[in-house]
Amino acid sequence: MKRQIPLILCFVFGVVMLLTQFSPHSLSQGVYEEILNWARIITPFALVFSTITLLQTHITRIRRKTEHWQYSFIVFIGIFIMVVIGLPFGPQHPWFEWLFNNVQLPMDATMFSLLAFFIASAAYRAFRARNVEASLLLITAVIVMLGNVPIGELIWNTILSWTPWTDGSSWMKQWILDNPNLSARRGIILGVSLGVISQSIRIILGIERSYLGGGD
Amino acid sequence: MTNNKTILWIVVCSLIFLCGTYAFSQEPTTKAPTNVTAKDTPNDDGSSITVTWDAVPEDSGITGYKILRNTDAGEFEEIGEQLKAGTTQYKDSEIEKGKMHAYYVQAITDSEAILNSQQTEGVIATGQWFHTGKIQLFISMIILCAAILGSIYLSRSNQDVFVRRIPGLEAVDEAIGRATEMGRSILYVLGLGGVSGPATIASMTILGQVARRTADYETTLRVPCNDPIVLNVVREMVKASYLDEGRPDAYSEEDIFFLTDSQFAYAAGVDGMMLREKPAAIFLQGTFYSESLILAETGNSIGAIQIAGTDSEHQLPFLITACDYTLIGEELYAASAYLSKEPMQLGSLRGQDWGKVLIFLTIVFGVVLELFGVNWITTFLQRVG
Repeated sequence: MKRQIPLILCFVFGVVMLLTQFSPHSLSQGVYEEILNWARIITPFALVFSTITLLQTHITRIRRKTEHWQYSFIVFIGIFIMVVIGLPFGPQHPWFEWLFNNVQLPMDATMFSLLAFFIASAAYRAFRARNVEASLLLITAVIVMLGNVPIGELIWNTILSWTPWTDGSSWMKQWILDNPNLSARRGIILGVSLGVISQSIRIILGIERSYLGGGD
Repeated sequence: MTNNKTILWIVVCSLIFLCGTYAFSQEPTTKAPTNVTAKDTPNDDGSSITVTWDAVPEDSGITGYKILRNTDAGEFEEIGEQLKAGTTQYKDSEIEKGKMHAYYVQAITDSEAILNSQQTEGVIATGQWFHTGKIQLFISMIILCAAILGSIYLSRSNQDVFVRRIPGLEAVDEAIGRATEMGRSILYVLGLGGVSGPATIASMTILGQVARRTADYETTLRVPCNDPIVLNVVREMVKASYLDEGRPDAYSEEDIFFLTDSQFAYAAGVDGMMLREKPAAIFLQGTFYSESLILAETGNSIGAIQIAGTDSEHQLPFLITACDYTLIGEELYAASAYLSKEPMQLGSLRGQDWGKVLIFLTIVFGVVLELFGVNWITTFLQRVG
């Protein structure tokens, strides 16, 4: 019974939610909204539980004095300050907004800016012309990169000005994006869509049960 | 001379009089809206009525329209804002359900005159049980589901289902074995998707299989979560996997924890774990956004064996570049079936392939028909989209 009840619930709710997508009737849409509301109600409880696990993790780190355990105090200080200001005054309070705009946003921006350096290091590895495929990738990447920057047009209009095409650099970039790139993406999307359908059928019919722990 | 002038004046005045008489005897070109009809809006929940009327020429002198409605044969009241000239349709979404509504349309002319149309017949809006605009999608879904269900059914009698080798999944045992030999942990990252995301569900099913092996090998499995509900589901899944393998003592709840729901804070936290703990194997499976390369490059820098998988096609190039193995799109969804080797699950993969064959044949057939000027397949597929 411990496994059968979740499987029955999964089947019933899976089929009902599927049918609501094809029925605009108010009863059907009411059921759909109600089930979504249940999910929304569960989230805050799960969030409280999750915050407790976060605190437990850092308490353990401090207790065991693992590497850089001192930083765990910053987690507690951060949570304490945001809760003390956020709970009584709400997220619209100027202090809360100041902390968000001057602490969290700059740190997020810092992490995001690291991406530029990671892209450079990944591109260096990917674009090394070791074989035919990698060479093709390199040539394509150079064309697309030049098509995205003004110097690409300058190079084209200076060196290849004798060609009948004026905006050749951006035209080539757009052709690559609209034809080989888009075709490959659509192929992946079709495969993903079929994979989602197949996975949904397996879960709804109870063939795929590993979300219950993997046992039979 | 005097007589001639007099005659000329009489002729001119007569002409002016005749022209004026003719002009004023003509009906005005501005007319009240014609063919005004009110119908229950199709494919809705019975909460709106659509009023339509005939288009008029641009030079008709009409500057706008007003809609008037009555309920159960009561007084007519103006509803909504004044509509622009050229409008031929109005959807009234503020009706009272179950009551009869009638309408008429007022045309406003450039001289501020008001021309009333005929009153429409009363209409009661009702909700539809089936959205006829989605019939193409429904048919496509039935065909694809039938292909997959048929393959699952056939796989019950024919246990020998061939599945092509997927290197990324073949490497799962290698990655876990490597971590075990090195005495280091395995880091499993589920991405930023919620529990309702298909990629997250697929990732969780792979995690269930990975947890079975880590339970056998007694290897530490660390799972930092981004979503509170995912955390709870994952804890139960991994715990059940350890129980199934007869190793409940090896399960550590502390190793599956909530990190943050903020995208870059999560990336920073996971990167920190990678650099401090130096896991021997890293699984990046699920939905990823721009943090994918930050995670994958950091994992690469510590020399961990990395197995990635996502259906976010924009992140695939990053993961392919930075990781040792990458499950591309559908391979992520096939992973659970591939790892479990259960015939019925493998049968569903064969069904997917039949789905692909059907889509391919439809595309080819559609292209051939388009060449001959027949476009019903194109229209059908556009409606499915």
